[in-house]
Amino acid sequence: MGLLSDPVRRRALARLVLRLNAPLCVLSYVAGIAWFLALVFPPLTQRTYMSENAMGSTMVEEQFAGGDRARAFARDFAAHRKKSGALPVAWLERTMRSVGLEVYTQSFSRKLPFPDETHERYMVSGTNVYGILRAPRAASTESLVLTVPCGSDSTNSQAVGLLLALAAHFRGQIYWAKDIVFLVTEHDLLGTEAWLEAYHDVNVTGMQSSPLQGRAGAIQAAVALELSSDVVTSLDVAVEGLNGQLPNLDLLNLFQTFCQKGGLLCTLQGKPEDWTSLDGPLQGLQTLLLMVLRQASGRPHGSHGLFLRYRVEALTLRGINSFRQYKYDLVAVGKALEGMFRKLNHLLERLHQSFFLYLLPGLSRFVSIGLYMPAVGFLLLVLGLKALELWMQLHEAGMGLEEPGGAPGPSVPLPPSQGVGLASLVAPLLISQAMGLALYVLPVLGQHVATQHFPVAEAEAVVLTLLAIYAAGLALPHNTHRPLSYRVVSTQAPDRGWMALKLVALIYLALQLGCIALTNFSLGFLLATTMVPTAALAKPHGPRTLYAALLVLTSPAATLLGSLFLWRELQEAPLSLAEGWQLFLAALAQGVLEHHTYGALLFPLLSLGLYPCWLLFWNVLFWK
Amino acid sequence: MAAAMPLALLVLLLLGPGGWCLAEPPRDSLREELVITPLPSGDVAATFQFRTRWDSELQREGVSHYRLFPKALGQLISKYSLRELHLSFTQGFWRTRYWGPPFLQAPSVWINLGRSSVMSSQGSSAPLSTSSTPPTQSLPLPPSNPWVWPMTLTTTFCAMLCCRGRWSAPKTSPPGRSSCPVVPRASLISFHLLQAGLSVLLKADRLFHTSYHSQAVHIRPVCRNARCTSISWELRQTLSVVFDAFITGQGKKDWSLFRMFSRTLTEPCPLASESRVYVDITTYNQDNETLEVHPPPTTTYQDVILGTRKTYAIYDLLDTAMINNSRNLNIQLKWKRPPENEAPPVPFLHAQRYVSGYGLQKGELSTLLYNTHPYRAFPVLLLDTVPWYLRLYVHTLTITSKGKENKPSYIHYQPAQDRLQPHLLEMLIQLPANSVTKVSIQFERALLKWTEYTPDPNHGFYVSPSVLSALVPSMVAAKPVDWEESPLFNSLFPVSDGSNYFVRLYTEPLLVNLPTPDFSMPYNVICLTCTVVAVCYGSFYNLLTRTFHIEEPRTGGLAKRLANLIRRARGVPPL
Repeated sequence: MGLLSDPVRRRALARLVLRLNAPLCVLSYVAGIAWFLALVFPPLTQRTYMSENAMGSTMVEEQFAGGDRARAFARDFAAHRKKSGALPVAWLERTMRSVGLEVYTQSFSRKLPFPDETHERYMVSGTNVYGILRAPRAASTESLVLTVPCGSDSTNSQAVGLLLALAAHFRGQIYWAKDIVFLVTEHDLLGTEAWLEAYHDVNVTGMQSSPLQGRAGAIQAAVALELSSDVVTSLDVAVEGLNGQLPNLDLLNLFQTFCQKGGLLCTLQGKPEDWTSLDGPLQGLQTLLLMVLRQASGRPHGSHGLFLRYRVEALTLRGINSFRQYKYDLVAVGKALEGMFRKLNHLLERLHQSFFLYLLPGLSRFVSIGLYMPAVGFLLLVLGLKALELWMQLHEAGMGLEEPGGAPGPSVPLPPSQGVGLASLVAPLLISQAMGLALYVLPVLGQHVATQHFPVAEAEAVVLTLLAIYAAGLALPHNTHRPLSYRVVSTQAPDRGWMALKLVALIYLALQLGCIALTNFSLGFLLATTMVPTAALAKPHGPRTLYAALLVLTSPAATLLGSLFLWRELQEAPLSLAEGWQLFLAALAQGVLEHHTYGALLFPLLSLGLYPCWLLFWNVLFWK
Repeated sequence: MAAAMPLALLVLLLLGPGGWCLAEPPRDSLREELVITPLPSGDVAATFQFRTRWDSELQREGVSHYRLFPKALGQLISKYSLRELHLSFTQGFWRTRYWGPPFLQAPSVWINLGRSSVMSSQGSSAPLSTSSTPPTQSLPLPPSNPWVWPMTLTTTFCAMLCCRGRWSAPKTSPPGRSSCPVVPRASLISFHLLQAGLSVLLKADRLFHTSYHSQAVHIRPVCRNARCTSISWELRQTLSVVFDAFITGQGKKDWSLFRMFSRTLTEPCPLASESRVYVDITTYNQDNETLEVHPPPTTTYQDVILGTRKTYAIYDLLDTAMINNSRNLNIQLKWKRPPENEAPPVPFLHAQRYVSGYGLQKGELSTLLYNTHPYRAFPVLLLDTVPWYLRLYVHTLTITSKGKENKPSYIHYQPAQDRLQPHLLEMLIQLPANSVTKVSIQFERALLKWTEYTPDPNHGFYVSPSVLSALVPSMVAAKPVDWEESPLFNSLFPVSDGSNYFVRLYTEPLLVNLPTPDFSMPYNVICLTCTVVAVCYGSFYNLLTRTFHIEEPRTGGLAKRLANLIRRARGVPPL
């Protein structure tokens, strides 16, 4: 601080920042990327460990042996489902009652804002069925949830069979201290959302549903199950929830311990873990990148993702069938689940001991928040350095007349020049924000108008309007400042206008990215990686076309497109350009839908926050 | 915890065996009774009652000789001039919707001390009525020292009773009565038992495999004769358990004493003057003979219990023929036709309570009251005690039934005082026929001082159940019964005026999470935060509030300073 209060040294520091700005920025950016890539190596990545005392050892004896029963239930369920074409509610009720549960149903309906073409649904109505196993001599204050989402197309009947067989087994045990809710939801996530909202008696997304008749206190943890065949080769675990929320790491540790105990092959992002081989870190990086991409998308990857909003630690287990050398039947999966539930049953407090914010380069390795935040910190430093440089240049431009001989003057810029800078900023700021608002509101509002005038379906209309407004934003605001600035700005400092605008834009971007990185690191990091360099480069001189191309390539929409390609590349299923474009359009529609149906925040964040900010840089680039 | 749990009370039963062969007729008597009720859901409830009656004025006569009445309790009564004591310990939750209204409803721990009217032999003194004998003397009771009671009871019952804040009295209860209605989480340890008579069946490992377990002590004065010229003391020790038919019977609903308790009855208690087993053999549907009881009962007993006509088979253990035939008595009940998997009949009044909302700032307490009577409306008295750390917003209190606002005819609200007393909310609500009434009130979660958190703060904090008291319309008219002669289960709180019967229900206790700091490193956090704030604040404040000027290099020396001194004295600007 003494450094800053001494004017002489302050000036030296300022000169340093000005002269070395470009190398410092490059260094900082490279350091950020390098830090992120280094996250998979041992000093930064650590082995996971169980923090919660109540779940410390795996000393429970799994006795589940209902494999045949599970298969029989699954067959019956599939048959009834085929017959009725929807969730066989009556059959489920009867079966759950016959295994001794307290059974309730809940009906719900939801009209989506526009037809969902991926899942082929528009007016959705369905019924959830759930049975409660009441713990003996407990007053229903706490509960655990085992849920199976049944979509219209998904073949999740094995999971329903296993759920029922587990319910039958659990019902015969006397050690339960928490109630267990066995939940089968229709229309996968929509049903889960309806049930959760009704359970907590809130209405977040405009779902219409009947009130719940039976409750079981505060839900402590939940496990969602998705199986597609009787035999699985590995169990994949999904942790990424709505808006990038993650469950407590201990829940994942619990799953991993029981995988090891039962000798199951467990995977994360579909990738088995192998740290012994030479390309272990490379594989870890692949898994880490996949997790970053999934978390950044902000969508719930499995129905567990919706539980996280209600502070219920949850994860999804998915049986996959791709590693031919391993084979496990339902008994093995059931035993792992039984072990997990018995351990969760021991919990005295909600899971809180371990990390809530982490990245996973593998199932047994994690990176804690303290170690990954510097990566995004370095990236944001670039914006700070650039803003500092602009601020100083603005000052010098303002002081230019008074201090020709380098005599020390007051370091406050002249009031009139500052006033000019701010006034000329109002119009571009307002216009870009208005564009963002239009981008957020118009596509869904104007879909009917669009379908009347153009030969497109509603969903297409929404996506195309979205793209049209996005593109229109590029053409609109870049010449609006002229009538305002021409009159006032003196000829001595023609650069002052865009510099002030860029300064504001830089600070705005840094603030936004900082906030995003705090809540959803992956999204913040991804956006920072792409947006920061071009944001730092943008200026109305030099190779403008190159800058414009770069800026377009790093706009939020282009980032989304690029992420899709990267995602498929990492999954070793590369996309062709046409496929990529189709996927991009579908992703746009899904993003808007998920905002309306589950309250995902990515769409408003991009349209109301980052897109206007990006437009400001576009504005800077075409400043005249 | 389950392994080291209650039955502490029953040890008291046989504390004073001396002197029962005295020449004069004993002034105390013991009755024991077991009621077995198949519940609508298929589970089986067993209710034990042991009643000791002592014709002695404990508080006036200096009693030193105890026979059947436990001395520890007797001394408690005489020392504190106690008029009544009700204490119950419950594990589990009576699921009224599936099990029907209970004989003895109790929340997890329920302590009720103080004075109320003396129970007259003719019965029917509703706990709701406020007419009580005026207090004759003040008791050394709370609130003067709220810890005396929990401490004394703790030592007597080996239980941890912990009441946060002051005990409060609902306005509808008689004056001078202090009650701590519910302590949602108390732990209890250890017991030993002498076994004879019905208590043979009290085998711990069976009793703790039940789905509901409640034991209680009720001490109260009763009239010794019809004119009530003198009083006797009555001690009732009750134990209710519900056996899970699904686990015990492997899916079958047949049951027997042996299957439930893994014991059979072999002999009556030598100290008891009455020792009976009642089995509810009421058939719910019209076509008879679905149930078969073995051995066939010698007598049956019919009465109106909780609004419905019930038939009980009676097995009298003092009847020597009953035991002598086979040396033991194993009552069995078989279903001739397996009961269909139909929905069990729903009782007229049941309730549900939950916390709604998410996040750690606000929430809402909602209570759903169901009146399933097809055509009768009836009023319900709802009593809520909410801890102070949930700050209730009373203006958000809404009561709706059938989509319309339902104005309560009476509301009493006593606001909480931080760290002293809880909120107390009492309402008399009319429940329309065949309706669901929702009572909801919003609250804000308080941030506690960091020493006020429990050792397991992330578990959440308990909110005690609401208490519902109602006079529910009966299906059949009841006739007044002779209180002293009727079975015990019918006479603990014999409240029914023919067309109505009294029900007291407790809703589920709730678990509410409060905003909880991370306790794992408070010291580090405090130190770090303080350091950062101290360092940054000072220098930033300095930078922001000062203007800096370059100091001219100092020229001249002593002479100039002197000159400046002179100039200042003259009022001229210095050099």
